[in-house]
This record gives sequence, C-alpha cells and structure tokens, in this order.
Amino acid sequence: MPALSILTYPDPLLKQPSEEVFEFGAALRIFTEELEEAMRAGPGGVGIAAPQVGKHLRVIIIDAPEKNNTPTHGKQILINPIITKWKGMIKGREGCLSVPDYIGSVIRAQVIDIRAQDLEAKSIELKMQGYEARIVQHEIDHLDGMLFLDRLVSRHHDLKKRK
Amino acid sequence: MWHMLTLVGKDQACIVAEVTRVLYEQGADLGEASMIRLGGNFTIMLMVNFNGDAERLKVILTPTTKQYQLTMHIDKFDGKLHDHMQADVQICIYGADRSGIVASATDALSAAGLYVLELRTDVAGSSDQPVFIMEIEGYASKGIEALKRAVEVLADLEVSVQPLETLIG
Repeated sequence: MPALSILTYPDPLLKQPSEEVFEFGAALRIFTEELEEAMRAGPGGVGIAAPQVGKHLRVIIIDAPEKNNTPTHGKQILINPIITKWKGMIKGREGCLSVPDYIGSVIRAQVIDIRAQDLEAKSIELKMQGYEARIVQHEIDHLDGMLFLDRLVSRHHDLKKRK
Repeated sequence: MWHMLTLVGKDQACIVAEVTRVLYEQGADLGEASMIRLGGNFTIMLMVNFNGDAERLKVILTPTTKQYQLTMHIDKFDGKLHDHMQADVQICIYGADRSGIVASATDALSAAGLYVLELRTDVAGSSDQPVFIMEIEGYASKGIEALKRAVEVLADLEVSVQPLETLIG
C-alpha cells in the first residue's frame, strides 16, 4: 500500500493552488518517491501532481509511454514547471486518478515547451508533443487547482452538420 | 431500486426541467441519462432510483407526460452506477445513404470482437443526395487490426478505425 493516498473530488484540497518549491533536499526527494508510488498504484496512471495527495507544492511526475512512434522523455520529475510556448490544439480523452470512473474530452496544445527544475534545483527545458504534452498540461492544471472537468468539451462536435 | 425511464415526444421547452422537478419532489434520484433530439423529436433515457414500483412511478409522471404529450416507458432493471467499460477504438463510417449500412457494419464489427459502447448516426447531405454518417465508440476485444480487416467488406463506404487513447493523470 502506498504511503500517500490520492485525494478524490469533491475534496476541496484539489481546487487549491500550489506553492512554488524553494527547498530542495532529502525531504523533497523522499516525497517524490512516495508520490511516484501513489501514481503507479492507480489504474493506468501516467502522471500525478503533488496536490493530488494533499501536498500543495508545484511538483509533478510524468511517465509517458511512447505511442505511434512519437518519442517521449520517459519518467520526469518536474519541480516548478511552467509552459513557455505552445502550438496547435487537439482534442483528446482524459481521466484522472482524482476523478474515478469518468472520461471526458479536453482540448490541449499539441506541442509545448516547458521549463522546470529537477530535484537538484537545476533548470531544465524540454519540448513535448502529443500524449506527453497532454499529460504535462493536465498535471500543471492540478497545480493551479483545476481539474480536467473544468475544461470539458463536447465529445461529439467534430462531425456536426454544417448549418 | 433502479428504473429505466424512456420519454419520447415532440420537442418543447422545459421538458427536462419539469420531469426532473417532479422526480426530485417524489424523492427519486437520477443516475446516468442520455437526451438527444432525433428527427426533431425529444428523446431521453434516464436511470431513476425510486423507492417504489414502476406503476407508482408511472402514476407520478403521468400528469407531466400528458401535459407535454410524451410517450412513456418504464422498466425496473438491475443496473448500477460506476460500471463503465472504457472505449479503446473509434470507428467512423460514411457514404451515400442506402439500406443496411448499420446492419452490415455492426455485423462485421461484432464478429471481429467489437463491443459497441456508443453509436450515433445521422443523415446529412441533401434529400436527393443523402449521406449516411455513423460514429461508433467501442471496445476492441480482439484488437484493432481485427476490426480493420472486418470493415474491408464495406467497400462502398469510407471507413476509419482509430485507436482511442485515454490519459489518466
């Protein structure tokens, strides 16, 4: 059983913004290990954000599998992540460890540039696309107190008849 | 206990608000629902958790269904919430409208292992050149390649079979 439990909506803690991380060290490293354990314990989880376990720090972990020959960066622990550039918009299906048993459609940027820090506080910059970019945007939303439910769009608007 | 309530009739404003108000006032809880206009008509299927039998539910709703001229059907059933199967494939089929598209497509797809979870059809184009469009979301129990092979029989139609990926984060 993981040391940290995942909060589920309507827990009000999920709607609370997270604080920037200033202290890097052993405590942060141990926390990220426990956070990753919580992510892997859930069904099919490919990302997690610290507020999902009730810790309001700007920390996310992602681990995007390679899909359709689109390369990914594998497991990434991202501290204080920000999106510096985005391009294109695409609709995709999302669910959430904190909102069990619901899948909805959300529009996200297709390609993003992000800046973050690693566990040693070193600055890192990454370009991400497709599924991996979607995961990061989903997790950064958690840091701002937003859930994918706040961004739902119709699942059926692609093939509408032109009036 | 759960009942499946089906209402069909000419579309008018306030039907959903009035039906759900009556149900709420009688202590019924609502579960999953699907409402859509079909051919200009109002249609809804609604899971209603009601502490009484179908006859009692019918009596409660009859004044409203009479007022809005709705056809009502109620079945007690063993449904439950939180019982979703996750779709992993989306199939879009379109072409010049003809009889039998849904039957031939779903026959081929089900033989190739598709569980249909959601199906929507529409007839677009014009009355002299109607275009039939069908969207299916489902679960490919034998894999997506089996579905792609199965739809090869639909030679006069445009067919796309795409994996649906779902992020859980």
